[in-house]
Amino acid sequence: MKMDLGNWQAAACDQSHGDKPLAIEARGLVKRFDGFTAVDGIDISVPEGAIYGILGPNGAGKTTTLRMLLGIIDPDEGYRSVLGAERPHDVAHAIGYLPEERGLYPSMKAYEAIAFVGALRGLPLAEGRKRGRELLEEHGLGYAAERQIRQMSKGMAQQVQILGTLVHEPRLVVFDEPFSGLDAINQGKLERMIRALADKGTTVIFSTHVIAHAERLCDEVAIIAGGKVPFAGAVDVARDRIRPQVRLETREAEGTWRAALPADARLEGRFWHFSLPESGVEPLLRALIESEAGILTLSIERAGLHDAFVAIAGEAAARALEDNADMEQMR
Amino acid sequence: MTGRLSTLAAALVIARRDFGAILFSRAFFFFLLGPLFPVIVGAMAGGVGQRVQQSVDLPVIGIAMAGDDVDAMVDAHGRLSDSLGATLPALVVLKRLDPGETYDPVAAFSAGKSGVSAILGGTPAAPQLVGASERIDAWRGPVSLLAAEALGRTPHAYPDVSTNAVSRPSGGDRGSQLMTAQAAQTLLFLLTMLLAGMVLSNLVEEKANKIIEILAAAIPMDAVFFGKLFAMLAVSMVGIAVWGLFGTLLVIAAGSALPSLPSPAVGWPMFLALGVVYFASAYLLLGSVFLAIGSLATTVREVQTLSMPVTMMQLMVFFLASYAMTQPGSATELFALAFPFSSPFAMMARAAQEPVLWTHAAAIAWQALWVVILVRTGARLFRTRVMKSGPAKVKQDRKRLWNKRREAAAA
Repeated sequence: MKMDLGNWQAAACDQSHGDKPLAIEARGLVKRFDGFTAVDGIDISVPEGAIYGILGPNGAGKTTTLRMLLGIIDPDEGYRSVLGAERPHDVAHAIGYLPEERGLYPSMKAYEAIAFVGALRGLPLAEGRKRGRELLEEHGLGYAAERQIRQMSKGMAQQVQILGTLVHEPRLVVFDEPFSGLDAINQGKLERMIRALADKGTTVIFSTHVIAHAERLCDEVAIIAGGKVPFAGAVDVARDRIRPQVRLETREAEGTWRAALPADARLEGRFWHFSLPESGVEPLLRALIESEAGILTLSIERAGLHDAFVAIAGEAAARALEDNADMEQMR
Repeated sequence: MTGRLSTLAAALVIARRDFGAILFSRAFFFFLLGPLFPVIVGAMAGGVGQRVQQSVDLPVIGIAMAGDDVDAMVDAHGRLSDSLGATLPALVVLKRLDPGETYDPVAAFSAGKSGVSAILGGTPAAPQLVGASERIDAWRGPVSLLAAEALGRTPHAYPDVSTNAVSRPSGGDRGSQLMTAQAAQTLLFLLTMLLAGMVLSNLVEEKANKIIEILAAAIPMDAVFFGKLFAMLAVSMVGIAVWGLFGTLLVIAAGSALPSLPSPAVGWPMFLALGVVYFASAYLLLGSVFLAIGSLATTVREVQTLSMPVTMMQLMVFFLASYAMTQPGSATELFALAFPFSSPFAMMARAAQEPVLWTHAAAIAWQALWVVILVRTGARLFRTRVMKSGPAKVKQDRKRLWNKRREAAAA
């Protein structure tokens, strides 16, 4: 399904958060590398205290966008404001960042690694060491506090790095593909951690190519494909872009009542599937009853974020997203 | 406080981590032992060389003369050897000729059976020396003196010369100070090359550990570079201190057996202090270039390839500084003093030869400026060239996925 990206972008620009202060505001961010446009005019608004997802396949421009927002690289064009500062480095102490490429010094002990990441953000080393031990204890890793990173499993080291991201109690936490490399149990733990952060008023922004995480966690998402953001806004708004789906089961598969169904209706097994007509469910029901369709079951389901993604970003982007998820499983 | 750490504070965080990590690693212990091997090899080679030199320097002249002449020459040798020592060749009797007997020294020497360096024939009044053309001229004087002594034509008493060895005062003989300058330059060059190489693999390790993006997001990249450079400099200083300590012990143990250098123009204390400063400067200059190279490379092999031209350049810089040292006041010397990479070496030589100090203050400021410029350029290069995109394994994974799907479809 091909969508008019221009219209969706226009819609994205209309997003409003009332008087709610924004943790991140980006307008028209552009980044080119050797003539290749990696990010092409991205607009993002992240309200303070929100959980915000950046959803898109690998190579869509998620990491480049996050790097621009954090000041690791500067945009070629556009405006950005992070926690009220136009230069992200001016608020570096209030930001925590977990890059997609995980890494810690292999010879460091777990609590020292946490303290070191904190020290980079201005937390005194002694305080960082103390908090490092506390955080490890709090997250069930107290037994590994003295263990060197090289002696840990990949997942455990990743948890240590996540704790390092949080040790200086940042107001804004940026995770780049945080669920990548974690098993299902630790993914669940991380989801709970993200919710707990948001409950405390911390703004969390994370990139992912797994729609389920975004759907479960996010208040708002930005869908990114080919360096552009065709949609940015509340998850519900994204889902409402797709008409609710109707699933109908009748006594007979065909009949005169068939004329009451919309043209896009398709029969799969014993069920008819189609989008709910704009006129609503009542006229449809009336028409089916009057034409004696013999309704056995009729359900109306709201579209999922995956369907919304397909509709917004296109089939190709959705396929790439699924490929990424498969690759993730392969690893 | 919400801002970012200052460059200095951030560099300190990086330097402290790197310094501790390197100093307490096993690799550093082996690194400290590193110079021991060239010293051992050097000492062994030196010992062998000295032996060879001694055997070359102690020529033996065979004498083939009439019996009386032989006795006169041997007696004369005995008398002179106390005064002339090693400058007088050793003398062995090859043949006492009977009256009327002939001897062909050329044939005997050419046959090579005599085992001597030269053969002395004729008479004390008309000695004939037969030997290899390269060295024979050097022995004419001693043989002539020997013959004169045998004939009783030399003074009968040689006055005893008392000796008093003293160090030459500062600003004294410029010619001999050149030796000090050369030794200092060579030492500075060797230390710089040996130690600055450690910086090379430092950022590669950082990238291998994938921690570079965390650093880049939190602190200025300049601070990462400065922190790493100064940590490695501090590690080098520890290494030099350890080697210096062992060197001092060696000097104390060897005593006067070791050769001494003429005092430098600025005096030894200032010369040593400037040596430390110029080492730091040369190290930081070369290290900042190596660091920039290391930051752009992804593997140690790439680092080695990329650093080769820099190593070659450093060799040329050393030769330039060495040549400039012999041309004081020339345009070459001025160029060597001004060119940032040769400046520490050229200034070190100048400290050995010129007592003026203000030029050192100016040179140190100039070199510091270049360290800052190079580090900033390296950091900018790193930021623009390296932080381009996410991990590069997507393509590979995509291929694997496609293969897997194809296999599944075939099944």
